[in-house]
Amino acid sequence: MSWEPVIGLEIHVHLKTRTKMFCRCPVGFGAEENTQTCPVCLAFPGALPVANRAAVEWTILLGLALDCEIAEHAVFSRKNYFYFDNPKGYQISQYDLPLCVNGNVILPTAEGDRVIGVVRAHLEEDAAKTVHVGGRTGRIRGADYSLVDFNRGGTPLVEIVTEPDIRSAEEAKRFLQLLRQTIVELGISDAEMEKGTLRVDANVSVRPEGSDELRTRTEIKNMNSFNFIARGIEAEIERQIGVWESGGEVRQETYDFDAAAGALTPHRAKEEADDYRYFPEPDLVPVEPPAELVKRLRSELPELPAARIRRLEVELDLERATVLVTGGLDRLWEAAVAEGADKLATANVIANNLVGAGVDPGAVLAAELAKLVEARERIPRAAFDEAISKLAEPGFSAEPYLAQEAVSDTAELEPIVARILEENPGQVAAYRNGKEGLLGFFVGQVMKETQGKANARVVSELVREKLAG
Amino acid sequence: MAPVIDTFRLTAEEAKGLLERGELSPGELRGAYFDAIAERDGELHCFLRTIDEAEGDGVPIALKDVISTKGVETTAGSRILSGYVPVFDATVAARVKGAGLSLLGKTNTDEFAMGSSTENSAWGPSRNPWDPSRVPGGSGGGSAAAVTAGLTPWALGSDTGGSIKQPSALCGNVGLRPTYGSVSRYGVVAFASSLDQIGPVAKRVRDVALLYSIIAGRDPLDSTTAEIPEAVRLPERDSLEGVRIGVPTELNEAEGIEPGVKESVGRAIELAEELGAEVGECSLPRSVRYGLPCYYLIAPAEASSNLARYDGVRYGPRTEGESYQEMVDRTRDDGFGDEPKRRIMLGTYALSAGYYDAFYGQAQKVRTLIIREHREAFESFDVLACPTSPTVAFPVGERAADPLAMYASDLLTIPSCLAGLPGLSIPCGLSEGLPVGLQLIGPQFGENLLFRVGHALEQALAFDTVPTRWRMGSDPTGLTPEEKS
Repeated sequence: MSWEPVIGLEIHVHLKTRTKMFCRCPVGFGAEENTQTCPVCLAFPGALPVANRAAVEWTILLGLALDCEIAEHAVFSRKNYFYFDNPKGYQISQYDLPLCVNGNVILPTAEGDRVIGVVRAHLEEDAAKTVHVGGRTGRIRGADYSLVDFNRGGTPLVEIVTEPDIRSAEEAKRFLQLLRQTIVELGISDAEMEKGTLRVDANVSVRPEGSDELRTRTEIKNMNSFNFIARGIEAEIERQIGVWESGGEVRQETYDFDAAAGALTPHRAKEEADDYRYFPEPDLVPVEPPAELVKRLRSELPELPAARIRRLEVELDLERATVLVTGGLDRLWEAAVAEGADKLATANVIANNLVGAGVDPGAVLAAELAKLVEARERIPRAAFDEAISKLAEPGFSAEPYLAQEAVSDTAELEPIVARILEENPGQVAAYRNGKEGLLGFFVGQVMKETQGKANARVVSELVREKLAG
Repeated sequence: MAPVIDTFRLTAEEAKGLLERGELSPGELRGAYFDAIAERDGELHCFLRTIDEAEGDGVPIALKDVISTKGVETTAGSRILSGYVPVFDATVAARVKGAGLSLLGKTNTDEFAMGSSTENSAWGPSRNPWDPSRVPGGSGGGSAAAVTAGLTPWALGSDTGGSIKQPSALCGNVGLRPTYGSVSRYGVVAFASSLDQIGPVAKRVRDVALLYSIIAGRDPLDSTTAEIPEAVRLPERDSLEGVRIGVPTELNEAEGIEPGVKESVGRAIELAEELGAEVGECSLPRSVRYGLPCYYLIAPAEASSNLARYDGVRYGPRTEGESYQEMVDRTRDDGFGDEPKRRIMLGTYALSAGYYDAFYGQAQKVRTLIIREHREAFESFDVLACPTSPTVAFPVGERAADPLAMYASDLLTIPSCLAGLPGLSIPCGLSEGLPVGLQLIGPQFGENLLFRVGHALEQALAFDTVPTRWRMGSDPTGLTPEEKS
């Protein structure tokens, strides 16, 4: 029997507002512990929350980008639970009346547009950060003591919940890349998983292909990169298929994905059943965004990444368009192409050389890049690579590099090619037995020998001729 | 020679005048109150602590201990906050200081303002100045008793279901619970957020109006506040010409209202008619029938959440345990008294999955009906009148072991609290030698109207706020000649 995965995601995004969600403490990382705090975020008796207007507007903006309906009447609710990272004994969140509901994200794929439903996007506050000291696991069990840093407590957090519309680990990854890029372009968050400003939990189940049932799902937490998310989901899909096929039953559980071991481990079990006793937060008034505000925010929406992928796909292909757009590279590509550079070559140079060299695409002059793309085969490889790596430097000019010429003289290159082939008889035999991928190896060796000054295209032709001979 | 100051009779307004005219120094005035405290607070226990050195050279004031005061311990009458010294002033504390008032001290309260007698204070009960064997009411019994005993010219209290009005009634002075949202709650230890309001207590309606004008108005730190729509007017007129007073049958005929209370309130309403008011009957059927149960679902539900922050992690005493959970359990077990524990349990239950709709959700619907019922009454009337408390001050210990009897003390104050409406209690006579309070309920932001009606009646009633046992030349038995005969 073949199985279909059913995946839904819960995404938490830190908003990079100047101040916290319900008080005026600055939001930020790196400050000394417990210095960005006040009576409100430390929950002193009598302190009251006041909602951050920017956070509300940014959540609406995000909701609009996710094609959500914006509530005319949204309510903050209290989610009650005891934990030392939760100083009030409740988290202010949203429950039955969130700010944004019923959205859609269009995910361009080779098989056409996939529509991933968004159940809701709501606004809440983050908990404080805890560090468990002593013990072996770094977790609370067995720790000697725990330290709490309230600097993070009260940071505005948007929670986005998707419908279980995602059908593979790869699709989950692509969705997240697109969503992240959307958030970053809205300017509301840095959305960096390694810093914890973007966090993702996945709900996973499987069902027989063609069925529309929803089987028991499990939740995977603590995955800190898109690749780990894909691997974690993949591992869980396989585990569940194994359970069903061996006649077992998947149980509702929560797992952590241990990236080092590539394995799922059961999440710490809660000692009590969850009953958060939600009720409307009486210290805050309902949020009722005026129609003019929603209209203004809608008008401020930039062209979204999904639309740009579709637009670029026509000129490149889906894969390249996706890489450029989700990497935040398409603006530079468009500008360089407008300067007359070849579309495909520019895409390859940006996605491979530029990104590989860690160059900030935002600081690159498109005209200089266009010149380098145009000259890439003519100038020595070493000069090209160096020029690319310096593209973002202030006052960069391609001219000195363009003046250099790669060695294209076959008379000069032929002896070197011959020597390389002689020195590598094993590879030569393998090539002649059909391992044509080794061409690159020989070209690389020649380039190394010539310190990158040879014209790679000429070398490639020479090697091919010799080996065919 | 320093003038003799009779703190029993001196009003805040008079004190202000004496200071402004230089007839009295701020130090002399404070000294007079400290003398009174030294003389009488041993018996009454109104103050949890006094403040020797205070800023401000204006009229002295006392604050209920639920109001955060920077640098001054604030316990809300609870062991779980013993030793807690706020690093910030509540907005109302900042406003009274900003107006130049000088703090005398913090007054006793039922623990977390939960109670109607101050017997739930972790620091021992306060006593009624009219009869120290009786309670001063609660939760703001400390503030009310201090005003009546001349230990402070005025004070601030907090009112969730009657904690300003009922003690004022039992102590024979004037207390205002303002319109919900007109006074900031920022920095006031929360009991039930959707009901808590801060308000003044004084001997005279004009003093209450003056203090209200200092504390009222929008606060950017409290989202539920609003600017009051019209400036506070100090009442002057004695006539009630053109004022329509509604007498809600259910609030005047409710079971448990003592005959002496009913009689005294009835006479005051007749007097209002003589002053020119139009008096008519009206009906608030759901308010009395469902008010109390509705309140005892909503208030404990909010309290169960508001009191969750007292976990021993950041402030207050901590009882150590083997784990975080054990530490929290022990800290809360040791720190909270019976009444907060009872309400935390009630409230937790009312909010629990599967019970929410039947309890908290249902109570919110009933609350909406009670609001609507009051709104309809105000279509025909300007002010509603009824007793503040069904009874006069009861003996210490009488209801302490019977929570339901204690809860019934607030039967008549609760409905308008649920409706978010302002209420003024003024003394209207004595029953069994103890004060009776008349409750005047106004429409939203109708404080000026309440001041006008309250002031006119106050003039006409000429109630003597000094307890009989302390009147010059009074009989040591404390009985008036009329009562003795």
